[in-house]
Amino acid sequence: MSRIVFDGVSHSFGERRVLADVDLVLSERRIGIIGANGSGKSTLARMINGLVAPDTGRVTVDDADVARKAKEIRRKVGFIFTNPDNQIVMPTVQEDVAFSLRRRGLAPAEIALRTAAALERFGLAAHAEHPAHRLSGGQKQLLALAAVLVGEPQIIVADEPTTLLDARNAREIAGLFREMTQQVIVVTHQLELLEDFDRVIVIDEGRVVADDAPSVALDAYRGLLA
Amino acid sequence: MIGFYFAGTSVVHRAPAILKLLLLSIGVVGVGLAREPWQLGAAALAVAALFVIARVPVGAVWQQVAPILWLLLIAVPLQALLAGWIVAAMMTGRLLVAVALAALFTLTTTVTAVLEAFRLILRPFERWIDGDRVGLLVALTIRCIPLVAEIVKDVLDARRARGAQGSLLALAVPVVVRSLYAADAIGESLVARGLDD
Ligand SMILES: Nc1ncnc2c1ncn2[C@@H]1O[C@H](COP(=O)(O)OP(=O)(O)OP(=O)(O)O)[C@@H](O)[C@H]1O
Ligand SMILES: [Mg+2]
Repeated sequence: MSRIVFDGVSHSFGERRVLADVDLVLSERRIGIIGANGSGKSTLARMINGLVAPDTGRVTVDDADVARKAKEIRRKVGFIFTNPDNQIVMPTVQEDVAFSLRRRGLAPAEIALRTAAALERFGLAAHAEHPAHRLSGGQKQLLALAAVLVGEPQIIVADEPTTLLDARNAREIAGLFREMTQQVIVVTHQLELLEDFDRVIVIDEGRVVADDAPSVALDAYRGLLA
Repeated sequence: MIGFYFAGTSVVHRAPAILKLLLLSIGVVGVGLAREPWQLGAAALAVAALFVIARVPVGAVWQQVAPILWLLLIAVPLQALLAGWIVAAMMTGRLLVAVALAALFTLTTTVTAVLEAFRLILRPFERWIDGDRVGLLVALTIRCIPLVAEIVKDVLDARRARGAQGSLLALAVPVVVRSLYAADAIGESLVARGLDD
């Protein structure tokens, strides 16, 4: 597993302080992040991929500073967004997955091979030639996963990947997260997804207020909401 | 292209995109220069033969060619009135053959192949123009067509649900705002996928 370190990280959007002095070392295989709306979870998650740079403090992945080595880090850290529509950049399913491999210096045959394998793995092989925007919501999120995983990242960060999906599709995506050999960090409001995770972090108003095994952290969070 | 790609394995599908692009340009110019009806007739036959070889269903072709008929509905009588029926007929023929040829290209060529062709064409100029970037721009533009179509539909639905009517501006504002948000989000996901260079 990689070692993701938040070292004295604070961040504000304008006047509003979104993260306040966060220190974290993330090295477990499956980590959940929970907290109320607006508590700063997405901001925290985005920092791991360099989409947001902290005002003060540092975020490092395996000792590389995310702010300085963003390019390198993004090959290592795949990011899944809530809305799969915004992650699809190419017109057909197969092209969107293949697109992730551009500029990797791979031969076209190799790209085709890896793309086909990813589509197979996520049950999208039959849709390879179909327009991506006509897939169902669940299939679109599977496509987003396939497009990220084909690049073979070591870490997957997902910001509410199942929020827009129905219960069945959410379970399917959660099952895939369970099977992944990569390190995964999932932000979610669907607490049941995290029951068998290794660690759950609770954020409240930009601070870590609980950080423990799922059963303990989830109880702390429920107490916070009550 | 534009989600109209119709998968197949024919020679027309497998021909390199750059060759198809070249032949398409020559074909369109050639048809535009045709002076005699028999020349146009031959061109029409050739295009029809290519459609048969590519085994593209008639419905898909119709979808591509139909919009042009509206244009002809207005232009043909006008031309006939001003320049006579023969000129109008020739113009109609030229337009239909050219559009059919272009449709054949879009129906049998993936965007990836077109991007690859762009890269090849722009290679001699790579010191000034980044072919890959141009290709990416084209792909994103194409991707945005269904996206914006969906946003327009959503906004129309939302208006109807609230029983709202009102000006075109009242429709345009939310569409533009949401399109910009979507573009921003897509841009961000491109960055996250490390595809922003
Ligand atoms: N780009 C931005 N510009 C200005 N303010 C922002 C920006 N992004 C987030 N914020 C604000 O920062 C705060 C924390 O946002 P963040 O998205 O991290 O919360 P969150 O915990 O992910 O919430 P949610 O559960 O609703 O997704 C919110 O008040 C939000 O309005
Ligand atoms: Mg969020």
